[in-house]
Amino acid sequence: MVNRSARRRTPWFLLIPGVIALLFLIAPLAALLTRAPWGSFVDIVSSPVAQDALRLSLITATLATLLATVLGVPLAWLIARSGLPGTGIARSLVLVPLLIPPVVSGVALLNAFGRRGSFGQFLYDHFGIQLPFTTAGVVLAEAFVAMPFLIIAVEGGFRSLNSQYEEAAATLGASSWTTFRRVTLPLIAPALGAGMVLCWARALGEFGATITFAGNFPGVTQTMPLAVYQALESDPSVAVALSLLLIAICVVVLIALRGRFIRPLEYS
Amino acid sequence: MKKRFGLFSAVSMMLITVFGPIASQAVPTPAASPAPTGSITVSAAASLTDVFPVIANAFMKKYPGTTVKFNFAGSSTLVQQIIAGAPVDVLATASEPTMWTAVSAGRVGTGLLFAKNTMAIAMPLGNPAKIAGLSSLSRNGVLVAECAVTVPCGAAARDLLAKNGVTVKPVTLELDVRSVLAKVMAGEVDAGIVYVTDVKSVGSKLASIAIPNELNITTTYPIAAVKSAANPTAARAFVNYVRFTPSAQGILRAYGFARPW
Repeated sequence: MVNRSARRRTPWFLLIPGVIALLFLIAPLAALLTRAPWGSFVDIVSSPVAQDALRLSLITATLATLLATVLGVPLAWLIARSGLPGTGIARSLVLVPLLIPPVVSGVALLNAFGRRGSFGQFLYDHFGIQLPFTTAGVVLAEAFVAMPFLIIAVEGGFRSLNSQYEEAAATLGASSWTTFRRVTLPLIAPALGAGMVLCWARALGEFGATITFAGNFPGVTQTMPLAVYQALESDPSVAVALSLLLIAICVVVLIALRGRFIRPLEYS
Repeated sequence: MKKRFGLFSAVSMMLITVFGPIASQAVPTPAASPAPTGSITVSAAASLTDVFPVIANAFMKKYPGTTVKFNFAGSSTLVQQIIAGAPVDVLATASEPTMWTAVSAGRVGTGLLFAKNTMAIAMPLGNPAKIAGLSSLSRNGVLVAECAVTVPCGAAARDLLAKNGVTVKPVTLELDVRSVLAKVMAGEVDAGIVYVTDVKSVGSKLASIAIPNELNITTTYPIAAVKSAANPTAARAFVNYVRFTPSAQGILRAYGFARPW
């Protein structure tokens, strides 16, 4: 009943632009479906180059998400709840990688972690570690660009937390680490899950920072987006097929996790 | 495909041998066609990034009222953009196969050669890896950047290494020659295979090794007016200007490009 009366009151001046927006967002994806080389689709996506790129993408996006979680959750907690001075500024700085063009992130990463970068030079001179052109470099680039998504989501989770459960745990004698692990983390699980999914999806799609910082070599640094871009130069139908595969993966993951993680975020 | 390239080159060479000498003596005065005006967009190979704006300035000085805008990228990207309908008036690629892709897609009539380039090895200043020649590139631990074979500089690098019997495992396959150059200048790789003109264009910002002519590979640059050009008169005028005028050809020489004929 509520639904129906709400539907009856839907104003046309919201409906029309809203539907246009939806079409605008869907049309390019639909166009890919109509242009896809269905006859050779299986051959294309099972080619060694595509398989290498897909495997590399899945591995690096997952590692980047783990890295972002291990480092990002503590930072989100500090920003949301520590009350330390400067957390407001820290929160703004966290958003920077989200706003700057990914290629700028790549240039910045080169200057920091490249062989001649301010930190990278130290790594190279003392340990012989060189991050550009390695799979580790890809993970770094993806984590740099995708971690803000996780931090924002988790920070929101921390902020909306009712602290009485944690206080109760503390009065019952739990150490602060136990309280964090057994009480706080489970309470923010939906926000953490949503943050990790967003972070993973963003890392999976990373292009600019990756190609600028990590380069492009099949099997080592050529992730799916790079493979798509290179395919576009030689055979656009291959690019379409690989794009569809990437979109399908994202859609499947988002739908599979929707009920468990993303919906609860709306309520938190 | 191979055969068609051959035919294409043969036809171009014929046209060049027929018209080239005439043109180099008498600057063509396309009396019939009206003076070009208005704006054109030129999609040009990344390796033309430095030289084409200089030529365009001379062109705009000769034909007041014209404006030349550029779209620089790897040749294959440019061709795919044009096939997809990018509003471009002139296409200049760094190899004949890439131009042929646009020809066979019906987007340009024929590409006519206007310059020639050869390859060189570029190293960061100080040459930290002590690169002494092509064979150094196969040494263990030497980081080498090349172009992907989908772009002309990558195809040329592949041919160059094959011709010299050198096996290199590059750490990155960049999508245009300027990105290779950038990785070399940043010192992130020990060496990059680029065009001699790229080395010349950045001057003292890097070290380089020339490759002797008999061991080198050449790539030839065709230019063509795009069939759907919004400003066909100015497009044709620019193509003719680049190919035939002593001033444009002089600028190309000054930037290290050789005559293709």
